[in-house]
Amino acid sequence: MIYDQASYTREGEDRHEPLLSEKGQKTVDVEEASPLPDALTRDELTLPNPSEPEVARHYTRLSQMNWAIDSGPYPLGSCTMKYNPKFIEDVAADPNGAVHPDRSDRSVQGTLELLAGLQEYLAAIGGMDAVTLQPPAGAAGEFTGILIAKAYHEKQGNDRSEVVIPASAHGTNFATAAMAGYDVVELPSGEDGRVDVEALDAAVGEDTAALMLTNPNTVGLFERDIAEIADIVHDAGGLLYYDGANLNALLGRGRPGDMGFDVMHYNVHKTFATPHGGGGPGAGPVGVVEELAEFLPTPHIREVNDGKIGYETYEPEHSIGKVHGFAGNWLVLIKTYAYIARLGDAGLSDAAAKAVLNANYLAEQIDLEIPHGPFHHEFGATAGDRDAADVAKGMLEYGVHPPTTKWPEMVPEAMLTEPTEAESQASLDHLASAFNRAYADDDEALAAAPTRTTARRIDQADAARNPRLSWQALGER
Amino acid sequence: MSGSPYAPHTPAETAAMLDAVGVDDEEELFDIPEEVAFDGEFGIEPRTEREIRAECARLLARNDDLTEFLGRGHYGHYVPSVVDHLADRAEFITSYTQYQPEITQGFLQALFEYQSMLVELTGLSIANCSMYDAATALAESATLADRVRSTTGDVVLVPEQLREGKREVLTNYCDGADLTVETYPMDDGIVDVDALAERAGEDVVMIYAENPTVRGCIEEHLTAIGEVADETDALFTLGSDVVALSVLQEPASVGADVVVGEAGALGMPPAYGMGLGLFACAEEFLRQVPGRLVGAGEDAEGTRAYTLTLQTREQHIRKERATSNICTNQAWVALRAAIHAATLGPDGLVDLANDCVREAETIAAAIDDLSGASAPVHDRHHFREFAVRTDQPAAAIAGDLERKGFAVHVIGEHLLQVCVTELNAGEADALVEAFSEVL
Repeated sequence: MIYDQASYTREGEDRHEPLLSEKGQKTVDVEEASPLPDALTRDELTLPNPSEPEVARHYTRLSQMNWAIDSGPYPLGSCTMKYNPKFIEDVAADPNGAVHPDRSDRSVQGTLELLAGLQEYLAAIGGMDAVTLQPPAGAAGEFTGILIAKAYHEKQGNDRSEVVIPASAHGTNFATAAMAGYDVVELPSGEDGRVDVEALDAAVGEDTAALMLTNPNTVGLFERDIAEIADIVHDAGGLLYYDGANLNALLGRGRPGDMGFDVMHYNVHKTFATPHGGGGPGAGPVGVVEELAEFLPTPHIREVNDGKIGYETYEPEHSIGKVHGFAGNWLVLIKTYAYIARLGDAGLSDAAAKAVLNANYLAEQIDLEIPHGPFHHEFGATAGDRDAADVAKGMLEYGVHPPTTKWPEMVPEAMLTEPTEAESQASLDHLASAFNRAYADDDEALAAAPTRTTARRIDQADAARNPRLSWQALGER
Repeated sequence: MSGSPYAPHTPAETAAMLDAVGVDDEEELFDIPEEVAFDGEFGIEPRTEREIRAECARLLARNDDLTEFLGRGHYGHYVPSVVDHLADRAEFITSYTQYQPEITQGFLQALFEYQSMLVELTGLSIANCSMYDAATALAESATLADRVRSTTGDVVLVPEQLREGKREVLTNYCDGADLTVETYPMDDGIVDVDALAERAGEDVVMIYAENPTVRGCIEEHLTAIGEVADETDALFTLGSDVVALSVLQEPASVGADVVVGEAGALGMPPAYGMGLGLFACAEEFLRQVPGRLVGAGEDAEGTRAYTLTLQTREQHIRKERATSNICTNQAWVALRAAIHAATLGPDGLVDLANDCVREAETIAAAIDDLSGASAPVHDRHHFREFAVRTDQPAAAIAGDLERKGFAVHVIGEHLLQVCVTELNAGEADALVEAFSEVL
């Protein structure tokens, strides 16, 4: 099957949807319109001035030029692009939930009870003792977790300066550690793609604040030595941080808390199917073991049932303070609650089973070599002597979104592929066919790809050399 | 139900796939050592869609039905239906970050337009796709200041009247960069410029001011603040929001280097604090900007096309040397804000902002007429909100108002704060009436 995708084109000059600014702008004389003294106002404001029907057509056309999980497979490795159930949008749209964060606790008992319920769900799923919902994305969760580790060490009277991170980790881990003021110690991957325990043993010491680890790792391998890894880090006085990006693979079969992790974040737009919205919003709740609960961000929610109210917000005794101005991304959190409630124990466990089955089945169908295994929900195929980014552009010709390319670096010309449980056998066969056809296409065809998309190959190097980041910069005004 | 309703496999397909992989069941595919494997239960009962919708509706119905006169950084404006209907299109909301620009031109163009609207509102050349909220945007501006300013200092100066949440987030980001947060005094609700000038100096890397302030005062000394920052080589970061920027002084015209704030004042209903971090800055900081940027370029046929750009600033390329760890941001909320702004147009935006000035003034005057309260506390122009001084303890009055169905802020022992937008303006007379009964 071949079809034009994410495409809405017309012939000739008017091929693409014009910018709003190109459809007509208007300048308002603000000094004249405003009741404020002129000294306190801007002179004028110039913005597009479309009618509502024009707005509707503009954004509808833009949507038609956009690939989404509802369009077809979206197998970006480590991104867990699974189907987003529709009903969770309706749950989140309840106007009774549209409250201001400065309301008194007693006037928002429903909101607090729902969030407290989500804290409990997540604690159970991760094997953690307490969970904060405040971090607004996975990277913010990492930052929260590392700040908690830092506060813990400071309270112990230990001034530790390093965070150890495997080379295969997500870039956010390194950036997070640096933002929190730590030096990063990068751990090279072992030959089997996992943590080299001896190298870890040599790398940790009295300066180690934490090891940040993704498990299964970023090519889907379970860190079999996790118990020993935990002992090494803990014996050195460090904490073990779990990056939850790949939690979907473990649901019901392994919990970070049982593996010795002390603090973790959950990526709810990955594991719990909240829509990613083209780049966010996400939410990055953080779970901790009992010993770290006193450091959680403020406000935290707990059940009180004192006869007056059922739930309250409070500041944990040694709270790290805040990582978001208010209470995080509420609309995402309520969707998370609804998804977990819909699946329950059996559904969550089945999600992991089917995600892992799908990855393994897809791997069987493709012609590319996969250097490391056994993998779980994702695998790092190698394009070998082909350029992975070119093969990905080739896949666009065959009606699918390609995998993550050229990462992680331990796999040469990596095509990191995560189909998720949401793809059917037929869909996986289609995806495999796209893989194989693109991989077999000659260099000329790959270099010319894609041809059936809204835009042809985009010169990203040129866009970066000559940055034009607004319609003003295009000189279209 | 025994499985995920969102995994499409029939039993026959599952069997065929297991066969193709060469195992008898899925459990054989898991490589988890016995010692760390989990064989317990979460204890989460699966429910049907209908049951969950009823359950969540029942829970949220337990929230009291109050008319909120609340702001202080999280604002409720009426969001036209067209915003929901367009932003909820599955092609937008179920898409991912635009790593393959050839098939995500639609979202990229929408974000490019969002950036452009912020460029117009701020007068600065660069705006990113979003930060999480105003507090994290402010915090990111401090680390930007640390990277770009050559002063030997490590002090970030903020106004003494500042939302506590913003200050706490800022402090957390500053700690890792070895920056310290200090305050400068205010004079009747706005910046005390003489005191600021006295405090500024070689040890200061950034000066932060807000317009409007957390108490709704419109700042009168922006140009002078900009001059203080300029003379001391400190970065001038100005906090605002997208509605206020439609009429208040253009930040670039007063020397702001960075503008941060709340862009979710458009596009988002009250959402328990969920926001949209506005971040714009001057051209010279282009390569130090945190977060995602969409640029225009050309495709192989020479046609204009959009792409994420300057990604070498970002964590997935630069790792520990990245400008920020931010990855997932608030892109869909930015889309909503852009649709809302487009729907209003410049006339609608200016009208909305002007109403924020007029309503605040009218209601403050009405409260001031009551015995037992004076408003506004500060003798300034106000935007949306203002402080009220009460003879009786403020917390007790707020409690009484809540029992009458109104929510206001308590900001001091004898200080309340009231925020008015078109969402609650129709109830303003009732609020004043309630005030008169409880003062």
